[in-house]
Amino acid sequence: MLNPQSLRAALPVFSLVIILVPIFYIQPRTMSYFGLNLLLQLAVPIALATIAQMFILAVNDLDLSMGGYVGVVACISATYLNDTPLLGVVLLGLCVAGYAAVGALIHWRNLPSIVVTLGMLFVWQGLAVLVLPTPGGKAPEWVKDFMALKIPLIPFPIVAAAVLALVVHFGLMHSSYGAVLRGVGGNPKAVARAGWSLLKAKMVMYALAGVFGVLSGLSLIGLTTSAQANIAMPYTLLSIAGVILGGGEFVGGRVSPIGAVLGALTLALATRALTFFSIPPDWQIGAQGAILIIVLALRAVINRREG
Amino acid sequence: MQTPHKLIVDLKNVAKSFGAVQALSRVDLQVAAGECLGLVGHNGAGKSTLMHTIAGTLSPDSGEMIFHHQPHSRRFNVVAAHRMGIRCVFQELSLCPNLTVAENARIFHSDLKGLGWKKRARRLIGEKLDEIFPGHGISPDDVVGDLSIDHRQMVEIARAFTVSEDPLHLVILDEPTSSLDSVTAEQLLRYMRKVVGSGVSCILISHLLGEVLTYSDRIVVMRDGVVVAAKAAGEFNRDSLVAAMGNVTEKKKIQALEQFVKQRGDTPVCVRARPPHLGECLELVAHRGEIIGLAGLAGHGQTDLLLQVFQRLGGAEVRGPVALVAGDRQTDGIFHLWSIGMNITVGSLRGLRKFGLLDAEQETVTSNQWKQRIGIKTPDMGNNIYSLSGGNQQKALFARALGSDAEIVLMDDPMRGVDVGTKLEVYDLIRTEAKKGRTFLWYTTEMEELNNCDHVYIFRNGRIVVDLPRSELTEEKVLHSSFQEGV
Repeated sequence: MLNPQSLRAALPVFSLVIILVPIFYIQPRTMSYFGLNLLLQLAVPIALATIAQMFILAVNDLDLSMGGYVGVVACISATYLNDTPLLGVVLLGLCVAGYAAVGALIHWRNLPSIVVTLGMLFVWQGLAVLVLPTPGGKAPEWVKDFMALKIPLIPFPIVAAAVLALVVHFGLMHSSYGAVLRGVGGNPKAVARAGWSLLKAKMVMYALAGVFGVLSGLSLIGLTTSAQANIAMPYTLLSIAGVILGGGEFVGGRVSPIGAVLGALTLALATRALTFFSIPPDWQIGAQGAILIIVLALRAVINRREG
Repeated sequence: MQTPHKLIVDLKNVAKSFGAVQALSRVDLQVAAGECLGLVGHNGAGKSTLMHTIAGTLSPDSGEMIFHHQPHSRRFNVVAAHRMGIRCVFQELSLCPNLTVAENARIFHSDLKGLGWKKRARRLIGEKLDEIFPGHGISPDDVVGDLSIDHRQMVEIARAFTVSEDPLHLVILDEPTSSLDSVTAEQLLRYMRKVVGSGVSCILISHLLGEVLTYSDRIVVMRDGVVVAAKAAGEFNRDSLVAAMGNVTEKKKIQALEQFVKQRGDTPVCVRARPPHLGECLELVAHRGEIIGLAGLAGHGQTDLLLQVFQRLGGAEVRGPVALVAGDRQTDGIFHLWSIGMNITVGSLRGLRKFGLLDAEQETVTSNQWKQRIGIKTPDMGNNIYSLSGGNQQKALFARALGSDAEIVLMDDPMRGVDVGTKLEVYDLIRTEAKKGRTFLWYTTEMEELNNCDHVYIFRNGRIVVDLPRSELTEEKVLHSSFQEGV
């Protein structure tokens, strides 16, 4: 019998396969280079947003503003970054700084992150409308080119996802400061007692979330080529679900970057799969929820056996 | 003892209070280099507070702290303590459960970084574990959360002894053996002596008096936030230690209270419970109208038994409705945003209904009655519960339990952090209610509160080990059976 730990680690892979196999079965043409590219394209920005959310979850917080934030980034990128690149870069830098500031505020005043980020959701949304009142704008050419990159043999989205997963995995799971950052989620008191600044750790994590949020927004408009204020609204819930699906926990600093990327791919594919199964659009959101519940229930069963 | 005393720690007149509770009052403490200091005392004597002060996690309200013969500013903190070579194994585990053993070592040592840090961290903690606990069976790559509690404690202890950049001068071991079996406990204590021999000092806090007597050079006894005795270990024995910890003048009070003694068993039994423990264990029996004390050291199964009675689990026989007065007011007792009145009446809403809805007027009347009856000090019962002092908040919680239809009231060390005046008022209230036929199960860590009980059960390691009627209750007996070592 497999031990529960490796079972839990295998669950994200398992759920991805469960979604992928029927798609391949129903529509064998998706198994090609081109098919996979099409199938997984939109998973890249979702995976980046999921990684951003994972940094927040790793310190026992929850970010409800992710969708709004990615939206602002998309709007800034489709306007300022394209027209006046320098100003665009400065604005995106300010967005990241804003995220670090939110982290500092949450730690300093000991506020519930859910409340603060819920407020920030509306702030980001408002900013997005200010930047781009009507849908439009134009993605910078280099972003579009990057997202349309053709890599021999393996489709770009798969390479991008793998690189993302590995970079974050080594950065967070294998660096020495990464251990401290994760420790903050596990036992903040112990980390503080060992002489580390919790404020700094929280700010670093929020800033990292900000950086990956920027990457998510950029990759999103690289695919859509234009932006609108509400372009990324579903990302808040998708990113949280992705982390959890990938084996992360809401509290305790237990996260897995590789799992989170797999979780994001699974969620992105689930939407496509339901179309292939010719499930009427009215039922698709419900069916997506059902998939999530089934996977989480499976994990709860495994965890209980472990406990 | 070593000759020219090189003092690692020298505390003078250190005081610390939490609200109304004076945890430390004017404590002097010296630790010399290469000395093992044993520290004993009953719960709440101030041992842990004192250790947190030395480790830099709490700052004292007043007093002088001198380390290595150099007075330290008031801004002494953990980082400074660490740099000065002071380590502490805290009673509550301070490992990160989501990290591996090696990663937890990394958190402890700020210089474990850069390339190959993981390898160095693995070696550092692995070698120390091998040195202290040969044959421990812990891998540096194990995730701490997956380890059993004794392994976790071993990791924590080993980590405190690891040396990298900062020196090691003093290790504080707060109940280090509480979750170790006898073999590993002895490995640890032997290792401790070895380290002490090489010039490092240790402070050993333990409820196992035998350990302290055997392995320390000097023993300091604390009671009620002061040091009451400090002598070489050889000058103490078990009995004199217990006597030093206890309060001898208590006896008179007991005699004064003895007139309340009731005969057991002339009223029907209303609670019968037994801790869910294998092996030999007494049964708790409460008759109607009795006040039953649950004593022993904190966290030895008293709260579990109360919860077992409350939830009627594990074959607990309970006759009558039950109410619980929580000990941890902030988390388990109080509705933070509600008024004082609402906090009281929430226990008896059924009786306040009119046509199926709550009768606001009746609610006000009831809460004002309680204000009169137990003297809650507030101008208006509609004020928020936090406008009250801690003692009065606790009174409100008592009022909630007593205002309900409960015949059995469970109290989970409810007097923590309550001032003396309020305590006496509540004691009276409990005695009056008991005379009216209510039954009280009262877990308390304070000796004097046991004097209000008709019957006392003493807990140790999750079992009831002694059953004392009021007439036989003495502080020495309680201490002796709480500290008795397992055979």
